[in-house]
Amino acid sequence: MHPALSVVFFTTATGAGYGLLALLGVLGGLGFIQPDFWLGLVGMALALGLIVAGLLSSTGHLGRPERAWRAFSQWRSSWLSREGVASVATFIPAGIFGIGWALLGHSGGWVAIAGLLAAAGSVTTVCTTGMIYASLKPIAQWHSRYTLPAYLIFSAMTGGVLLNALLQSFAVGSTAVLVCALLATLAGWAWKLATWRHNDRLEIPTTANTATGLAGGTVRSIEWPHTEENYLLKEMGFRIARKHSAKLRRITQGLAFAVPAVLLAIALASPLPLAAIASVLAAVTQLAGMLVERWLFFAEAKHTVTLYYGR
Amino acid sequence: MNSAAPRGANSAPSQRPLADTCAPDEGDGVDTSPSVSDRIAKTTCYMCACRCGIDVHIKDGKVRYISGNKDHPVNRGVICGKGSAGIMQHYSPARLRKPLLREGPRGSGEFREIEWGEAFAIATERLSAIRRTDPKKLAFFTGRDQSQSLTGWWASQFGTPNFAAHGGFCSVNMAAGGLYTIGGSFWEFGEPDWDNTKYFMLFGVAEDHDSNPIKIGLGKLKARGAKVVSVNPCRTGYNAIADDWIGIQPGTDGLFVLALVHELLKAGRVDLDYLLRHTNAAVLVTQKPGAADDGLFVRNDAGNLLAWDRAGKVPVGAGDPEAKPALTGSYTVNGHRCVPVFQLIADRYLDESYSPDAVAGRCGVAADTIRRIAAELAHVAFEQTIELPVAWTDWAGRRHETIRGRPVSMHAMRGISAHSNGFHTCRAIHLLQVLLGTVDVPGGFRFKPPYPRCAPPGPKPAGKNVRPMTPLDGMPLGFVCGPDDLLVDEAGRPTRIDKAYSWEAPLAAHGLMHSVIRNAWAGDPYQIDTLMMYMSNMAWNSSMNTVETIRMLTDKDQAGAYKIPFIIYSDAYYSETVPFADLVLPDTTYLERHDCISLLDRPISHADGPGDAIRHPVVQPDRDVRPFQSVLIELGARLGLSGFVTEDGSAKYRDYADYIVNHERAPGIGPLAGWRGKDGRSIGKGEVNPDQLQRYIDNGGFWHHDFSDDQRYYKMGNRAYLDFAVQMGFIAKAEPIVFQLYSEPMQCFRLAARGHGKSQPPEAERGRIEAYMDPLPFWYAPFEDEAIDLQKYPLHALTQRPMHMYHSWGSQNAWLRQITSQNRLFVHSETAARLGLADDDWVWIESTNGKVKGQIKLIDGVNPDTVWTWNAIGKRRGSWGLKDDAAESNRGFLLNHIIGDLTHGKRYSNSDPVTGQAAWFDVRVRITKCAPEEAGFTEPQFERFRQPPNVGPPPDVLRFGAAFRMKREAAE
Amino acid sequence: MTCLPAHTEKKLGLVIDLDTCVGCQACVTACKEWNAGGHMAPLTDIDPYGGSADGVWFNRVHSYEHTTELGGRTVNFPRSCLHCEQPACVTVCPTGASYKRASDGIVLVDEDKCIGCKLCSWACPYGAREFDTDVGVMKKCTLCVDRIYNDNLTAEDRVPACVAACPTSARHFGDLGDPASAISQLVEERGGGDLMPELGYKPTNKYLPPRARSERAAKVDAPALEPIKAEGGLLGWIDRMLSN
Ligand SMILES: Nc1nc2c(c(=O)[nH]1)N[C@H]1C(S)=C(S)[C@@H](COP(=O)(O)OP(=O)(O)OC[C@H]3O[C@@H](n4cnc5c(=O)[nH]c(N)nc54)[C@H](O)[C@@H]3O)O[C@H]1N2
Ligand SMILES: Nc1nc2c(c(=O)[nH]1)N[C@H]1C(S)=C(S)[C@@H](COP(=O)(O)OP(=O)(O)OC[C@H]3O[C@@H](n4cnc5c(=O)[nH]c(N)nc54)[C@H](O)[C@@H]3O)O[C@H]1N2
Ligand code: SF4
Ligand code: SF4
Ligand code: SF4
Ligand code: SF4
Ligand code: SF4
Ligand SMILES: [Mo]
Repeated sequence: MHPALSVVFFTTATGAGYGLLALLGVLGGLGFIQPDFWLGLVGMALALGLIVAGLLSSTGHLGRPERAWRAFSQWRSSWLSREGVASVATFIPAGIFGIGWALLGHSGGWVAIAGLLAAAGSVTTVCTTGMIYASLKPIAQWHSRYTLPAYLIFSAMTGGVLLNALLQSFAVGSTAVLVCALLATLAGWAWKLATWRHNDRLEIPTTANTATGLAGGTVRSIEWPHTEENYLLKEMGFRIARKHSAKLRRITQGLAFAVPAVLLAIALASPLPLAAIASVLAAVTQLAGMLVERWLFFAEAKHTVTLYYGR
Repeated sequence: MNSAAPRGANSAPSQRPLADTCAPDEGDGVDTSPSVSDRIAKTTCYMCACRCGIDVHIKDGKVRYISGNKDHPVNRGVICGKGSAGIMQHYSPARLRKPLLREGPRGSGEFREIEWGEAFAIATERLSAIRRTDPKKLAFFTGRDQSQSLTGWWASQFGTPNFAAHGGFCSVNMAAGGLYTIGGSFWEFGEPDWDNTKYFMLFGVAEDHDSNPIKIGLGKLKARGAKVVSVNPCRTGYNAIADDWIGIQPGTDGLFVLALVHELLKAGRVDLDYLLRHTNAAVLVTQKPGAADDGLFVRNDAGNLLAWDRAGKVPVGAGDPEAKPALTGSYTVNGHRCVPVFQLIADRYLDESYSPDAVAGRCGVAADTIRRIAAELAHVAFEQTIELPVAWTDWAGRRHETIRGRPVSMHAMRGISAHSNGFHTCRAIHLLQVLLGTVDVPGGFRFKPPYPRCAPPGPKPAGKNVRPMTPLDGMPLGFVCGPDDLLVDEAGRPTRIDKAYSWEAPLAAHGLMHSVIRNAWAGDPYQIDTLMMYMSNMAWNSSMNTVETIRMLTDKDQAGAYKIPFIIYSDAYYSETVPFADLVLPDTTYLERHDCISLLDRPISHADGPGDAIRHPVVQPDRDVRPFQSVLIELGARLGLSGFVTEDGSAKYRDYADYIVNHERAPGIGPLAGWRGKDGRSIGKGEVNPDQLQRYIDNGGFWHHDFSDDQRYYKMGNRAYLDFAVQMGFIAKAEPIVFQLYSEPMQCFRLAARGHGKSQPPEAERGRIEAYMDPLPFWYAPFEDEAIDLQKYPLHALTQRPMHMYHSWGSQNAWLRQITSQNRLFVHSETAARLGLADDDWVWIESTNGKVKGQIKLIDGVNPDTVWTWNAIGKRRGSWGLKDDAAESNRGFLLNHIIGDLTHGKRYSNSDPVTGQAAWFDVRVRITKCAPEEAGFTEPQFERFRQPPNVGPPPDVLRFGAAFRMKREAAE
Repeated sequence: MTCLPAHTEKKLGLVIDLDTCVGCQACVTACKEWNAGGHMAPLTDIDPYGGSADGVWFNRVHSYEHTTELGGRTVNFPRSCLHCEQPACVTVCPTGASYKRASDGIVLVDEDKCIGCKLCSWACPYGAREFDTDVGVMKKCTLCVDRIYNDNLTAEDRVPACVAACPTSARHFGDLGDPASAISQLVEERGGGDLMPELGYKPTNKYLPPRARSERAAKVDAPALEPIKAEGGLLGWIDRMLSN
């Protein structure tokens, strides 16, 4: 699949944003993180900023962005529509929570309810995003039981690492949050490795034989319908060389998991401001790493239409 | 036809509209009944030379849609990939807009626009000077011309013998091979009996001029489960769907076919009765080695051919229906030994050198396969005979209660003809068909009227006496029957610029267009003044040795004058040839003019009856262009050519439309055969009908006559048919047409080579004439095989026509070019592996004539010693309205660059020695991987042509159709 | 509405005979031509005369080599929308632009609703969706919905453009939901099948497999030819034949 930058950025950013929002909603709403104007403002701005930027970027992918509002209508069948509805719906409790927690400095009560609802909305939204990909049968690497958990884990991971960086920067760091962020990072790493392992061993029942209905033996494409590349090939015929993908997998592991894990471990063992610096660095590297991960998520996904083109 | 029966080819129950075509009440707002057209104009397609009937749907003054005409005898409602894309041809950005006069050097593309008046003045002045002095200094060659009966006649009225159309580089081997043997031919002049055949063999065809009829026919065979055998080095297209694919070694079909003949003869599986009735198998041939009449037929004093009567043991007239002629044996007539033709056939082909085992290696076809095919042919022909319950009467008045058929049919085209041994191979295939008794019988190969004709047909080529201001005494093209008919001078040198009908190409029935540029440049046999061409891209895909051809077109003598002094060219588009013209006459598109697809030329007949057709302007040109035929007619009038002016010297015809209706070639015979006579009730012959064109238009643009049931088969000896053919003027007398298995005209040439007769070949030509003018078909290796080092150039290189492209026209078409804008070289995967080549590699393709670079694609469905590519995709930068980065000129390539135009140490044209047919497919190549920095772009490259004046750049986005929708929606 | 109808009255579709298709592209350009000015007009062509021409086409023909232990066969393979019974291209659509008609089962895009998110093209395993970058919306084969019911065409012309054009008669049209229809019977007779059945989209269109090298192939069971053994070989035989 063609790794369109707008979509790569969209899923990475909203994943992190919703992760952060959910954590703030739960921890802030229930008072585990004390309300603080600046922390609240920056935290909510970061979470919502990532979400809004992601959503805006995703509309950049649309052929007719001015009609984007129509996407809310088909929630009964379409995960994309559900994502749209969930993402927008989440803004309501998120806004109320933000006002209560960050501006008014409350927690508990209606703020807690709003926070929990925002968290629920976030989780739902991330699930819907995951399901968009997980539900696509033509792309075996996505249509797998690894996809939905991956979206949730990565969202929790990036959200957690961000939260930790935030708390550390405001000198209100919590070891529990830090440890959780570290564990989430390790979990994310493990999940990614498991996913790759799964994908590398995938035996896809859909082959050039089933695609053409020509049973037995080999089916080799000798001529494309048109000699130049078309929409299908540009959108879905993206190919990445094995060598290239191995390198990018190493980069992903380094940036998204290994380096952040080490930095978080350092943070755990270091005093402020070192811990804060390490935490922020961890968050930034991880986000960069996740962009690469997401790029690979697309680049390594093979659509059945490529079978027709012998790719 | 039953009006309730569904019309058209695609009318199987599974192809019909829904039983209820009332739109369901879906409520989705879809307009299921938009208006399609304001009017439908029915005319004839010219996206290729197949001449299908089309319905042009015109909406808001623009062409909305083109579909097949269901009533049309050629395509019966279907339409091919090109036909549907006609819109994009018609609106092509490469259309010429106005007459052009060269300003810059030849080949640069620098032109000035001029008015038609000036164009006529320039041409008239030049041509009348030629005509006053030496008319043959005008060479007029017309390429893909569908109006040869006009253009040839024009040349004849002008007085130049130097006329031909594209047949010489196309398929004259098929035409001549057929016409000299059975009085008809493959190409589009005959067709298998698609409805009855049970076994169909296809030799060397990718597409052909009968493209929709062949496809319709193959569809019928497939629907019936009849067997299709393809003999072709490449397994694409028609050959892909064959039940049996024989990936033969190029150039060896003659051997393969004669091995089949060997097997059939050995097993006695030949149709003796058919041979006796319809062929010269029983005719006695003189056996007098060294004598002047050795190998000629034995005749009585009246000049009639003799056979040997088995019963009476005396010579009898070979055409005597009462005779019982012998097919074998040796007899003495008038004191000389003679044998029947069949004896010679048996003697030759029973020889072990023709056995499957002897030829298998060379053909690349297993001996068992050859034996199996022979057995299958015999089995279907003789055990699965069919009998139509139709009574008929033969030429001799014998009544037959049924029409007996042997359901084996064959078709062959350029895979056979485009080799230097193609004439004989074509004859070999006809021999095979005739031995099986399958020509013009139910289930066999059938003639399309006006064929069959006498083998060979009557008229000889005119041009023996070329005099100033004098028309020729006939048409420039015809059929020679012996050395005396050649167009040569006393020394035996050619008198035509293309050397047709000379000792170098004696049976050149269609001329040698591919030799004209070289000969005109070299002044061999003489210098000409003006080369006038029409509709042929001679500076590119229809020439061999393009690189040198381009040089010859621009070469100058010491005085700085072009060696070919003046070039007039008519094209409709900015092709690669336009920039080489001094004067460009822009033609219309096919939707903007009158045309006539005439029985005098290449009509739309099919085997069940004759037909002809017209084109008429269905939209008006938006440019200052004129139909070439009308221009030619006006030029004829301005020059005062006798056929084109009235007594008082004024123009006889207003334009081509006027000519089509009013011209009479012979009394009562004109370009169109339908609705003749004042009342429009005659066909074939009849007075001029001023209303004729309208009658055609009213009938959908064509005329067609259906034979009665008893006229449809055995046309070579069917009285009802022969009488009809005489009435129509197809043949002079209702006499049977006798298939010439043994060709006496060819023997006459051989005798000349042996020193007999008054017309003698130059010494240097004797050997060739002796070798190749064999009266019986034989096989010899294609010339290039003998001339070059096969170790160095081991591979055959072929081209095939893409079904969706017509030669070079297709690439200007926004839709068609998307399908193929880069051609690959297809290489067998094992061959590639041996050469260390991988898929998508860029390679040099080298012949002794040069090298060209392209990208390969590996396949398995090809003869391993053969590489091939799609024809005519490569384009020169600056042509066809394409942008500079077009794949056609950067990644596509033209094989023609490396096909030599000369052979035998550059002594002869690279052609068949009998007919002069260009031997495109003889070329041998080697391929080598190119250096990494050479990959990704084609070579050779040529200088970019300038754009003609007042032509803007082509659009970046094409939204064709948007306007129809806007209009539609606005109306709602 | 992108929920699928529970049931469609008809299952209109195409049947393509791979045994007969010669890859001539007639269906391809006939489709382009009809639809360029039809319901989804235009089918925009980007860079039509340049080096990276890329247009919208509803029907494309591939060529394959199919090689089994019995030998090889070149197969031309037209590919267009299969008007699936369970098409995810419809259900994934967030806007309701993509829908399957309850009446005849045709899968269509309502351009006016389409936001060009391209998700349906990801959801179609067959590559049958065509994005028009110029207009910014998804387009696709309409099964010629503006032909098959079109009162402005003569009744006999109310078939898809590709079916009318196909010179070899390799394309068929009809109601595949009706087992008694001619088209269903053709599928039955020739063993027509689904593409990618394992994905569960239940395509309506069917493909008839090539017959070469199968029991269905055309064959001639001819006994081997025997040379004439009798006296005089061929010539003796001919003499005897003629004197009978
Ligand atoms: N390598 C290789 N070369 C081959 C062949 C091959 O098999 N292999 N085949 C050969 C054969 S058989 C043939 S017939 C030739 C064909 O080759 P050409 O005779 O060159 O045919 P086209 O490319 O069709 O070009 C004819 C010219 O007619 C112009 N034209 C099109 N429509 C009109 C019109 O309405 N009016 C006018 N005035 N001009 C028009 C076109 O623009 C073009 O310039 O190619 C030959 N060349
Ligand atoms: N779509 C389309 N239709 C056309 C044309 C076009 O350009 N495009 N051109 C028209 C013209 S001018 C012509 S002349 C006809 C020609 O129509 P075809 O005769 O079909 O011409 P080619 O495409 O040259 O095909 C030649 C075939 O012969 C095969 N072949 C080559 N050498 C041998 C051999 O030694 N033995 C055998 N058995 N096969 C061999 C090649 O593989 C190829 O399949 O088509 C006409 N129709
Ligand atoms: S075969 Fe030739 S004449 Fe017939 S529709 Fe196609 S392009 Fe036109
Ligand atoms: S083929 Fe593709 S576009 Fe057509 S209905 Fe099936 S899934 Fe949808
Ligand atoms: S591109 Fe259009 S039709 Fe396709 S899913 Fe998106 S909105 Fe629906
Ligand atoms: S049914 Fe119509 S839209 Fe669909 S492929 Fe055929 S011609 Fe094109
Ligand atoms: S028109 Fe018919 S034969 Fe030609 S490519 Fe299409 S399906 Fe195949
Ligand atoms: Mo030709």
